[in-house]
Amino acid sequence: MKKMHFREWGVESPRYWSMVAILAAIVVIAGFATLYMEHEGHWVTGMNNQVVWGIPHVFAVFLIVAASGALNVASIGSVFNKKVYKPLAPLSGLLAMTLLIGGLLVLVLDLGQPARLIVAMTTYNFKSIFAWNIYLYVGFLAVVAVYLFTMMERKANQYTKAVGTFAFVWRLLLTTGTGSIFGFLVARQGYDAAIMAPMFIIMSFAYGLAIYLMVLMFTFKADDRALGDKLVSRLKNLLGVFVAAVLYFTVAYHLTNLYGTENHAYEAFILRDGGIYTTLFWGGWVLLGCLVPLGIIYHPALGKSRGALLTACALVVLGGLATMYVIIIGGQAFPMAMFPDKTIIASGFYDGVNGEALSYSPSLPEFLLGIGGVAVALLATLVAVRVLRFLPESLADEVADPHTAKGA
Amino acid sequence: MSKQTDQGRRSFLAKATTVAAASTVAPGVFLHSVAQAEPRAEAVSDKVRWGMLIDTTKCGDGCTACVDACDKENGLDLLVKPEGASDAEWDKQRPRWIREVKLKDNLTGRVSTLPMMCLHCEHPPCVDVCPTGASFRRADGVVMVDRHTCIGCRYCMMACPYKARSFIHESVQFKTTNAPRGKGCVESCNFCVHRLDNGQTTTACQDACVKDGHQAIVFGDLRDPNSAVSKAMAEYPTVEIRADLKLNTGVRYTGL
Repeated sequence: MKKMHFREWGVESPRYWSMVAILAAIVVIAGFATLYMEHEGHWVTGMNNQVVWGIPHVFAVFLIVAASGALNVASIGSVFNKKVYKPLAPLSGLLAMTLLIGGLLVLVLDLGQPARLIVAMTTYNFKSIFAWNIYLYVGFLAVVAVYLFTMMERKANQYTKAVGTFAFVWRLLLTTGTGSIFGFLVARQGYDAAIMAPMFIIMSFAYGLAIYLMVLMFTFKADDRALGDKLVSRLKNLLGVFVAAVLYFTVAYHLTNLYGTENHAYEAFILRDGGIYTTLFWGGWVLLGCLVPLGIIYHPALGKSRGALLTACALVVLGGLATMYVIIIGGQAFPMAMFPDKTIIASGFYDGVNGEALSYSPSLPEFLLGIGGVAVALLATLVAVRVLRFLPESLADEVADPHTAKGA
Repeated sequence: MSKQTDQGRRSFLAKATTVAAASTVAPGVFLHSVAQAEPRAEAVSDKVRWGMLIDTTKCGDGCTACVDACDKENGLDLLVKPEGASDAEWDKQRPRWIREVKLKDNLTGRVSTLPMMCLHCEHPPCVDVCPTGASFRRADGVVMVDRHTCIGCRYCMMACPYKARSFIHESVQFKTTNAPRGKGCVESCNFCVHRLDNGQTTTACQDACVKDGHQAIVFGDLRDPNSAVSKAMAEYPTVEIRADLKLNTGVRYTGL
């Protein structure tokens, strides 16, 4: 294999700065939206005392889950010794960090008391998975930063495998922690399931890789760098496996619920009668997020088209956001089964009278906060690839994987 | 007239002597007991577990006495709808510590009415999930929020099986000293803890229910076998809401 050279992203300045400006403008707008929400209080959002987590959590959890998944490409290279993935690793580590920062920002800025972050960092209840997550998230940033250093500093290369393995285990723990935010909630019918943790891990594989592929294809095309078909095809097939696995976990989760009568009402809500949640489940989570991307990825002609692959990746991301919406908000909108053999026919505080779902309609500021998190992640990525050598000069097949290229 | 004056003088002297004696001797004799009678000087202990029994058969359909009393006691009635908020949104966003719920049995059609609030679990999920420990359970069984360490993450609200908690969505202008509150923190029923800490043994909702003639709420010390609540619980069959979760709630229901 030829020696791999890395170079800063060389997109011509006007184009680069206009991209930066657009993202920065989004960040600024999101910043004002956040200030507005903090100043006024959460009453300006659609969140209420019935549905307490809203759009910011959809974006935050999505970004955090995707962050851990974005690291997978690096892990395959250094943990599982797949040489062809090694040049792909720095961007993978970078995205893992920037996506996590974007997600954490959204999560923190949606707190009722964001200024008390210092309390959250100094006062812990270790029975809370949230408290563990503070360590898991901050630790992840540190571990991945060291991992990147071992990759990018030649003298430290010898430690890449060890640190990479540690980062891989860490990321599995991190996503377990994120899935368990919901898995550990005994109160609500949609949560309280051990499958949440592994399902979130497999979702992270898919979302993280989809974002990785989009960023990879975009940065390489914009800078006229070669990106070999063999390599893209490998990543595409991997994405196919991950998306199929998401579908499998989805089926297993709902089939298990459908078996027990106690969960029939919840399943009927998500699968049939839940309005927006049902639409997003079938249309977003299953169709656009899984089936259509699978169709594109394994289609003999479409599977070879970069444009189609980009579409598939974008759909996986959109499907992922829909998935988070169904899990996070749908799980709260379904009234809790406080009185299993009874119907609540009147209540002074909603409670799902006659089984009616609790209502939530997102407002613009909270949506802007979520988008702002995405913009921060992308902006940080664009700045980093411009100033540091994250991207290989070429990922043409004969460079990246001469062995396979020769065999073709 | 003079007899009356004499009596007056005599009674004055007697009282003055008593007061003088009391003020001289009392510091030594009484101070210790005065300190004991000031519960805030000591940490609460688990010798007491505050609890409540709600007799749904006595709960008045359409009666909101307990809700109104709670709102007044804890200053929830002082909160004003933010300017520009719709009535419908405000109704969903305003805090509630206690609420009336009306149920119909799916099989028999029997209707019952009851108040729902924080059930003060022995193993509260809200306390388990709170990252900072702001959601806590006192030794005497009261589950409440430390407003100084609550970061407003609302994870406790996700975890509570009874939907008992409320988040303060708006700036607060007026509040009672009993229940100070501010925007961005979570709160819930605390069994009128300010009363308990001042030596009182009733809650506002209970008082209101008694005053209204329903007597559906009995409150007291579950550890004292002679307390009204313990006696009532021993007499009637009681249920725990979501007993499957094994949270050992401090609030129990009968007639449900």
